[in-house]
Amino acid sequence: MSATDQDTGRRIGDTVLKVDNISLSFGGVRALTDISFTVREHEILSIIGPNGAGKSSMLNVINGFYHPQEGTITYKGQARSRMKPHAAARQGIARTFQNIALFKGMSALDNIMTGRNTLMKSNFISQALYWGLGQKEELDHRAFVERIVDFLEIESIRKTPVGRLPYGLQKRVELGRALAAQPELLLLDEPMAGMNVEEKEDMCRFILDVNDEFGTTIVLIEHDMGVVMDISDRVVVLDYGRKLAEDTPDAVRANQEVIDAYLGVSHDDAA
Amino acid sequence: MLYREAGQFKTSYAKDWAIFPIAQDRIVVLGFLAIAFIAIPVLSSEYFLATILMPFLVMSMAAIGLNLLTGYAGQLSLGTGGFMATGAFAAYKLSTMFPGMPIEAVFLLSGVVAAFVGILFGIPSLRIKGFYLAVATLAAQFFLLWLFNKVGWFTNYSTSGVISAPPRTILFTDIYVTGPEASVTAKYLFALTLVAILALAAKNLVRSSIGRRWMAIRDMDIAAEIIGIKPLQTKLSAFAISSFYCGVAGAMWAFLYTGSVEPLAFDINRSFQVLFMIIIGGLGSILGSFLGAGFIIALPILLTNAPHLLGLNIPVDVISHVEYMIFGALIIFFLIVEPHGLARLWQILKEKLRLWPFPH
Repeated sequence: MSATDQDTGRRIGDTVLKVDNISLSFGGVRALTDISFTVREHEILSIIGPNGAGKSSMLNVINGFYHPQEGTITYKGQARSRMKPHAAARQGIARTFQNIALFKGMSALDNIMTGRNTLMKSNFISQALYWGLGQKEELDHRAFVERIVDFLEIESIRKTPVGRLPYGLQKRVELGRALAAQPELLLLDEPMAGMNVEEKEDMCRFILDVNDEFGTTIVLIEHDMGVVMDISDRVVVLDYGRKLAEDTPDAVRANQEVIDAYLGVSHDDAA
Repeated sequence: MLYREAGQFKTSYAKDWAIFPIAQDRIVVLGFLAIAFIAIPVLSSEYFLATILMPFLVMSMAAIGLNLLTGYAGQLSLGTGGFMATGAFAAYKLSTMFPGMPIEAVFLLSGVVAAFVGILFGIPSLRIKGFYLAVATLAAQFFLLWLFNKVGWFTNYSTSGVISAPPRTILFTDIYVTGPEASVTAKYLFALTLVAILALAAKNLVRSSIGRRWMAIRDMDIAAEIIGIKPLQTKLSAFAISSFYCGVAGAMWAFLYTGSVEPLAFDINRSFQVLFMIIIGGLGSILGSFLGAGFIIALPILLTNAPHLLGLNIPVDVISHVEYMIFGALIIFFLIVEPHGLARLWQILKEKLRLWPFPH
């Protein structure tokens, strides 16, 4: 084992999440049809596909927000078909949202602190007295959260209510809130949507650093193909709720079915 | 100029997250406490204590309770009166069933009883949101009052339905704080101590993890659940703690303010009154609860007495009409100037003061 291997958590390991034959429909609309893929430890996996392909639905299935009609999800060796989102959070799955889902009335710092709620165990009496474990926990977790604030370079806005922040910074705070839980699996739903080039570069740097320093496994939805091809270890392509491909970026780029889906060949011809 | 934090450096997170991180704030708060605990009992008349400050303290307590539930956890409730009545009757039953129980324990336990009742009526909040939840909590308001009116056990089978608070002394002393022998000053100081301690506890709760969970549920419940916050547990904890405060407020109303326990004092109008207090004072602010209570309780009394104090000779019926007009106009004025309440107005003033007299 070389020194560099020890320094970084980034050694792609065994399968950490396995999605088997997932089908999800809302009434008559089939959002996902028989999807299977695997996510390996420490890798960055991107899910791409045209609008309405079922990418966000796939993330919602993984973190228990949607319950698929068929199929199972195996996370860290445990198979399940239904679970509550807060249970997924307790197992180390964190996510961000396509439309920012921050708590608008709270400061950036408090938003990131909520990310650590599953780790805070003190009872309400010690919190009401702000004494003993209640106070110690607040300060210990604040110290950890400050490391995230440093890492994301948002020191100057830590006490600003997030509703007042510009879009790019809100996205960063949301990433911070997800990171605060020290997740093993991080689901990012379009972290770079609506950003300019500099903001995208910053966000890419944060994602790569998280993956590199903490060894966090990342599942990412993104429309910017340049970004996806650059930072992903593997790519899953969805179209109309079906999986078209699951491969390395280069192989996906060369895949005829994927090209057809993106260039808009009619589905009768492609099939 | 006076209100500036320049030169006050925070060297630890504990100092940065102190309850009043700015020195000037600490001085003002200590000053207020000194006035409330020392100057007012010495200087003011019994009339002022008994008819203005006592209801102000009691309703501040109730407003803090509702503000925790509605302002922080985002669960609209119209059951405040019912929970206050629960506290009042629990205090009466506890103190008559166990005559040896210290009055401090009676107050806290009646809050606990109200908390359990609050949890019970908070269960629908998992499924029902917003205005619909408000209607569901009306059930608590009407059911509880009906229960206390109908079931004789709660009033110890008193025929008139109106019962008076038994005399009790503070623990380890012989100073009466309830009953006919208690002096107004003793009652006032007892109520003030309760309010000061519980307001501090409320402030601590809302800046700790439980408060952040409440606000997360308020701001976006789905995102809160996805980061691991359990919705049912969080909402019920808000109902429990809010009802605890309302219950203690009810016990204070019956034992310290009016001296009698009667369901009529806690009807639906009381619930609305508390709701208006926190809307005008500021949702999601402990200070706002006090400002709102002051506005709704003290202002009408002040308006009634103002012509007399100014030496104007106006007939009583005109005064009462003018009072309603000015009061209504002020409510509209404050809601237009600052829809987020008096507490926000105060916060804006502080932000302006930090810069004054420089424009930037």
